[in-house]
Amino acid sequence: MILPLFVIVPLATAFLVALFADKIKHLGDVLTTLAAAFLLGLSLYAAIAVGHTGVLVAMMGGWPPPVGICLVGDGLSVFMLVIVNLIAFLAMLYSVNYMNLYTAKWKFHALFMLMLTGMAGVIVSGDLFNLYIFLEIASVAGYCLVAFGTDAQELEAAFRYAIMGAVASLFILLGVALLYSYTSTLNLADMALVLAQKEKGMVITFVSVLFLAGFGLKAALVPCHAWLPDAHSSAPAPISAMLSGVFIKTIGIYAMIRIFFNIFGITDAYLSVLMVLGVVSMLVAVVLALGQWDLKRLLAYHSISQIGYIVLGIGLGTPLGVLGGLFHLFNHSVFKSLLFLNSGAVDYSVGTRNLKEMSGLREKMPVTAGTSFVASMSISGIPPFNGFFSKLIIILACIQKGCIWYAFAAVIGSILTLVSFTKVQKYAFFGKLKEKYADIKEVPLFMKFSMVVLAVICVLAGLLLLPPFKFFLNDAARVLLAGKEYASAVLTATLK
Amino acid sequence: MSLYFLCFVLFCVGLYCIVRKRNIIKIIMGIAIVEYAVNLFIVLLGYRGQGRAPILAKDQPILNMVDPLPQAMVLTTIVIGLAVTIVLVSLAIRIFEKYGTFDITKIRKLNG
Repeated sequence: MILPLFVIVPLATAFLVALFADKIKHLGDVLTTLAAAFLLGLSLYAAIAVGHTGVLVAMMGGWPPPVGICLVGDGLSVFMLVIVNLIAFLAMLYSVNYMNLYTAKWKFHALFMLMLTGMAGVIVSGDLFNLYIFLEIASVAGYCLVAFGTDAQELEAAFRYAIMGAVASLFILLGVALLYSYTSTLNLADMALVLAQKEKGMVITFVSVLFLAGFGLKAALVPCHAWLPDAHSSAPAPISAMLSGVFIKTIGIYAMIRIFFNIFGITDAYLSVLMVLGVVSMLVAVVLALGQWDLKRLLAYHSISQIGYIVLGIGLGTPLGVLGGLFHLFNHSVFKSLLFLNSGAVDYSVGTRNLKEMSGLREKMPVTAGTSFVASMSISGIPPFNGFFSKLIIILACIQKGCIWYAFAAVIGSILTLVSFTKVQKYAFFGKLKEKYADIKEVPLFMKFSMVVLAVICVLAGLLLLPPFKFFLNDAARVLLAGKEYASAVLTATLK
Repeated sequence: MSLYFLCFVLFCVGLYCIVRKRNIIKIIMGIAIVEYAVNLFIVLLGYRGQGRAPILAKDQPILNMVDPLPQAMVLTTIVIGLAVTIVLVSLAIRIFEKYGTFDITKIRKLNG
């Protein structure tokens, strides 16, 4: 019974922090960091447990699945849980120092933990309506966190994001309602069984379109991407890292592929839609990123582009493609969080995000410059960093399936990414130090620690493809490839 | 059937309001209208002609009740809608403090 803890622990922490943390100094920092560390340990334990025993199911209130709500932990869920909690822990540790730039730190902690609750809930939920509820918890916390600085730009970005997010949620809710009327059940496993017995009607097609629009907006796939560069560049750096690193993947990509692959059963039509969306996002966003001079805005455009790679990989639908897509999901969350934390570190020490104003920061900020170099090389797909392996797998999978043009587009996207990050390195960290920055200092200990850990993961993540760790990725990919067998896997696990 | 159609019309009115209006308060009202339309739709799903309230009393047969689950769902979505509206309205207030206007075309400090 470890699955409910992923929701209970952050939720309880959020309320404890909200009640007591403004009265006792440092309580918020200590409590949230401990909770995040505990959750990271727990998710690693869950990953190993699922690797050994198969699917975990927790029935809420003891009611068996079609009646009650159940929480499901299978290979894909624990894969996502590990990513989310890893990034959350490091972002939390980073914010111990970084959030001193802002006032009312305890509100930040409470909202952060609520966002974590929502994301963990989306991942472990086995009930469609429950998934929607958690999605909204995460989204509302996200809107507030984007506006956290309460400057004019931040408020504007948060308002746009909130409007887009609310519309997307309502599309999803309409889809949920239609599915309930069609299948008379909300349990995901039961719904898959019911849908398997019915003939494919127009309802499913309509619901698919609603979900594609809703989750596509949440995941910022082109052409629904306009809110992301504003929102992700306006938030505080640890939140940008969370939003770009795991948030759009959890409530956008994960929820979408879970429903399409495991509930509706994937068909070639869906797959080609996903592939086209992926390739378009990949190319359009990277071209838009080339012209950016605001460091965080540039990174935000790259998030859209890298989401394109993930969707392309998963959209291929072949074992190799899905594996590559999920591996890139893991890698992207690591290096993109690291890049956002780097931009936060530059902002913390130098006080600017404009690339034209920085120069030669390598001399004064060696740790930030070094980790940022690792992350830039990872995102551009230079061996031996992790981004190279996942992009290679995706490109090979494209060729294996005979989609030569998609493979070509992926290579072009990768080259443009490299161009863009060469620019970042050249303007921000190399070159001559400006005189007015003669007395800047490297960032404090906790911020350095988070960045170094993420950089080490960037270097070592290629090892996940080797046999002792391979089960972690393989189990996740197998869940998607098994498609509708999800239903029987969950229902047999319930009987145990 | 006409009920579903009217519900759809309400949905479209709300979407029109979100897309076309320039005043951010009206946009928020648009969100609220779409949400009501979806809530109404969910309640309609559980409705059956001549149905009675789904209350289980002693020695009453379970006959001809409306579906209680959509009602529970609607309660939850109303609460969520409240939270979203509060966030949006408080953002709108802060935006008015900073920009001095509710006109979305004049709220443009972000590049892009």
